[in-house]
Amino acid sequence: MSVPLTLLGLLEREPSHGYDLKRDYDNFFGRGKQLPFGQVYATLGRLARDGKVIAGDAEPGDGPDRKRYAITDTGRHEVDDWLAEPVEPEPHLQTVLFAKVTLALMLGKPAEAYLDSQRAAHMRRMQELTDLKRTGPLVDVLLADHALFHLEADLRWIDLTSVRLKELAEAVRN
Amino acid sequence: MNPPAVPASVSRGSLIEARGVFKSFGQTPALRGADVTVGQGEIFAIMGPSGSGKSTLLHCLAGIFTPDAGDVLFDGQAVNAMSEADRTKLRRTAFGFVFQFGQLVPELTAADNVALPLLLNRTRRKVAYKTADTWLDRLGIGDKGGRRTGELSGGEAQRVAVARALALAPKVIFADEPTGSLDSLTGEKVMDLMTGLAREQGATVVLVTHDARIAAYADRVAMVRDGLVAAMDRSTITASSSTAARGAH
Repeated sequence: MSVPLTLLGLLEREPSHGYDLKRDYDNFFGRGKQLPFGQVYATLGRLARDGKVIAGDAEPGDGPDRKRYAITDTGRHEVDDWLAEPVEPEPHLQTVLFAKVTLALMLGKPAEAYLDSQRAAHMRRMQELTDLKRTGPLVDVLLADHALFHLEADLRWIDLTSVRLKELAEAVRN
Repeated sequence: MNPPAVPASVSRGSLIEARGVFKSFGQTPALRGADVTVGQGEIFAIMGPSGSGKSTLLHCLAGIFTPDAGDVLFDGQAVNAMSEADRTKLRRTAFGFVFQFGQLVPELTAADNVALPLLLNRTRRKVAYKTADTWLDRLGIGDKGGRRTGELSGGEAQRVAVARALALAPKVIFADEPTGSLDSLTGEKVMDLMTGLAREQGATVVLVTHDARIAAYADRVAMVRDGLVAAMDRSTITASSSTAARGAH
């Protein structure tokens, strides 16, 4: 899971304080593992340094959470590129796919197109592995089978998510 | 790793095309402007969820269903414009079929089942049975020729079905969930044999499956969703949804 890109994606909805970003990150993507405040601010600092977000003036009050961060055009482009780029098809990528779909739905971006693109990348990899099985020794066949079953599981998730997109969109926007 | 090389037998010319095909059953639309192009010698898989229209598309491409609107072309000829007699002749001479269930006559032997379509096409009996034996051999079940197909295992029966389809030297094999009733290993063996032998013969295969592992045997894979063909890989798949045609119905 890419924390910087996920925070950038959350900022694309609206300018936010670090506290709000942490709360939404933990709520949607934390899955029982909270993002430390220190990591949130360190990440926002790096994103600001790289011109992907800008920090507003400090607002009156106590504590460190007094700046509102807004995404820049550079940051927006980075989120768009990240969402559109299929993840390298390999086992255990569910968390990245999950984050991409959820963010795409939050932002009203074409989640179905991203899933189609990912499905195509998975199918290409499965074709390569099947070709390897046809020509390779038994050890390669066993390894290819292992990868194929994991990719197939991802594909089932992609297919099921595709048909649930409307329902999911309503859930993440409310 | 690079994508698998396109086999030498695959030419870029299109052999089968669906252009803006609509098909409904009563009030229920199954295809809503499907476009697809399959190349000569290509192994082409059609995937999609249950009820998406993938089997209907295969049946339209094979001239079994007639589209309500749109065209199906085989070798440049509009299949939907042919007479029923010409379509039947086309199916018997140029197409082979492999389905999930019910395609073999259980009371007949494996050799009888393979020879039957050849005999219907007026091949001499001796030649038909020699051809049947050759194909059963090539599918690794040469010793089962005298067995009734009702007594064979699922995997053996599907090999007989593949032998029967290939024995006709078809230009196209249409396969609808050909491994749907088989376990994974047997299904893969059947696919390996069917696609390998089809490539050797230069035959095109159009395959419907819900199983991504089976679709991975194909050169190209298309996804059918809500009666439309969605391109899964724009760099290699020419199929696309007919958005313009969608408005027509």
